[in-house]
Amino acid sequence: MSLTADSMRCGEFRTTYKADTTIFPTPRSRNFAIAGLIVLLFAPHVLDTYYTNLLIQIGYYGIAALGLNILVGFSGQISLGHSAFFGFGAFASAWISNNFGVPVILAIPLAGLMTTAVGMIVGIPAARIKGLYLAIATLAAQFILEDFFNRADWFSGGSAGSVAQPLNLFGFVFATDKSYFYVVLFFMVVMYLAGSNLLRSRDGRAFVAVRDHYLSAEIMGINLTKYRILAFGVSSFYAGIGGALFGHYLGFVSAEGFTILLSIQFLAMIIIGGLGSVMGTLLGTVFIVLLPEVMEALMTTLGSQLPGLERGVSYLKEMAIGLAIVLFLIFEPDGLAHRWKQIKAYWKLYPFSY
Amino acid sequence: MAQEDGEVLLEVRNLTLAFGGVQALRGVSLEVLKNEIFSIIGPNGAGKTSLLNCISGRYRPQQGSIIFRGQDITRDKPNKRCAAGIGRTFQNLALYSHMTVLDNILVGRHHLLRNNFLTGALYWLGAQKEELEHRREVEDIIDFLEISHIRKAIAGTLSYGLRKRVELARAVALRPQLLLLDEPMAGMNHEEKEEMARYILDLNEEWGMTIVMIEHDMGVVMDISHRVAVLDFGAKIVEGRPEEVMADPRVRAAYLGDEMALAEEQSTVA
Ligand SMILES: Nc1ncnc2c1ncn2[C@@H]1O[C@H](COP(=O)(O)OP(=O)(O)O)[C@@H](O)[C@H]1O
Ligand SMILES: [Mg+2]
Repeated sequence: MSLTADSMRCGEFRTTYKADTTIFPTPRSRNFAIAGLIVLLFAPHVLDTYYTNLLIQIGYYGIAALGLNILVGFSGQISLGHSAFFGFGAFASAWISNNFGVPVILAIPLAGLMTTAVGMIVGIPAARIKGLYLAIATLAAQFILEDFFNRADWFSGGSAGSVAQPLNLFGFVFATDKSYFYVVLFFMVVMYLAGSNLLRSRDGRAFVAVRDHYLSAEIMGINLTKYRILAFGVSSFYAGIGGALFGHYLGFVSAEGFTILLSIQFLAMIIIGGLGSVMGTLLGTVFIVLLPEVMEALMTTLGSQLPGLERGVSYLKEMAIGLAIVLFLIFEPDGLAHRWKQIKAYWKLYPFSY
Repeated sequence: MAQEDGEVLLEVRNLTLAFGGVQALRGVSLEVLKNEIFSIIGPNGAGKTSLLNCISGRYRPQQGSIIFRGQDITRDKPNKRCAAGIGRTFQNLALYSHMTVLDNILVGRHHLLRNNFLTGALYWLGAQKEELEHRREVEDIIDFLEISHIRKAIAGTLSYGLRKRVELARAVALRPQLLLLDEPMAGMNHEEKEEMARYILDLNEEWGMTIVMIEHDMGVVMDISHRVAVLDFGAKIVEGRPEEVMADPRVRAAYLGDEMALAEEQSTVA
């Protein structure tokens, strides 16, 4: 079948260029997303705290993962230091709100901007180096920032960590999971819309052009250095916002959480979801957040039959992430987004889908 | 013919380029007039692509200068040169293979678009209007090059001939005054070549673009060029009107000898 997944539904004609450049491929998929959003608005009232917590995690990790996908999937660079930017955002937001009396709702975007600045400095070598060398440079940034978190008492509280106040808006304190869910949802929607918009306009195309063929991108008027560093900046902004949301959710930020392991989990999200896919980023984040939970549930069920299994649970959870990455790289290198498109294409043509 | 006003658009002065021990260009000079179709021919390895690369900024010549519209652009970065008015296609295809045809061509509008990562992210507050205006212009180019049926296709999945055409579309989208074409017809069949020649003539006559073209098909070169330069071992050996160049004994000796005989043979068969 030569029909691609993007082909329109039968009988659907786009008459204006505007209708042709929408974020969602079809009005149906847009309505589907809006319906999903409306369902989410009720979610915390229906679900118990355990599930609301998972949704909140998907929110702040998903925002940071989109940043990494813009850097890796869309602009073709690499970063092994994404969790350090995520952590920097968390500390920065706590620092700004604790020390300057800035309300948390403003501290979050300001922390995003601070992280952008740090990310662009880390991105400077990207102007000259690529691939493995860039990976090593970002790995160095990861360790330097981790070290900074441990030492810079004035900024991060050092090894003791620092307190992040809850978000307070016109006297309403977002201290429960139920209420904080809406904060994360709001940022999630804004950041995903902004990202999708960026990617369908001039600078988003420039990122992809630099990735696909940097020599001809340069001949087409694209300043390679500018766009390589800009991709780091945008990516870090997303990481910073995600990290800040994480910090104000937990109420306490400490350096242990922002290690190379989390950086690899971010990479896993975008590889499993689909490099260069906004939708895939979300799917991959859901996958990585839910994987340990599913593993856990599985182990406790199996544990009753096989005694001794519970002791290996945490170990097995980490192995599962590694295994998932490897399996996806081998069997589904285009990620969940690609699989999703194929399923959609299948149903579009049903019952003639062979 | 179109180029008769005689104004010089591009001047290449004494260009020298070496890669280690290989002398790719040895003191090449030439002038391209506004609105002409100027062809560069010569055997493989003669330095034709290197010359184009110097003009478009991929290579920095060790000596010599390039004057475009009266400005010395020898040291300008490649990404500055399309704003100055130079566009090009590549001998080995250089499309963005995971992008759609439409997005590939829209990249050509990069230097003409004003929206950026901030205004782009706030799409509905202005960037959309601008994007759609440029989209309209891109659609004109798509219609002209007759690729509307593939505008949504992923560039990497297209046939060779279509990819060449998309590359031309992307270069045209830059709105260049000077269009550099590196073997635009290589690997095409007779029909496709004829079509391509038609597009080049239209771009020259109707879109007002000056064209510098590297091409091996002598029939096409003779048909559509106003002037021809011949490179051999990095040096320009002859320059002139197509019939003068063809008649030149040095050209026959250096390059055309056997191909001419071959072409004549083929034309008698046909
Ligand atoms: N990037 C490069 N590195 C090394 N040698 C090169 C490079 N580009 C071109 N050359 C050499 O310069 C000479 C001219 O090449 P080129 O300009 O591609 O010739 P043409 O396009 O006429 O076939 C050849 O000997 C080629 O090997
Ligand atoms: Mg060549």
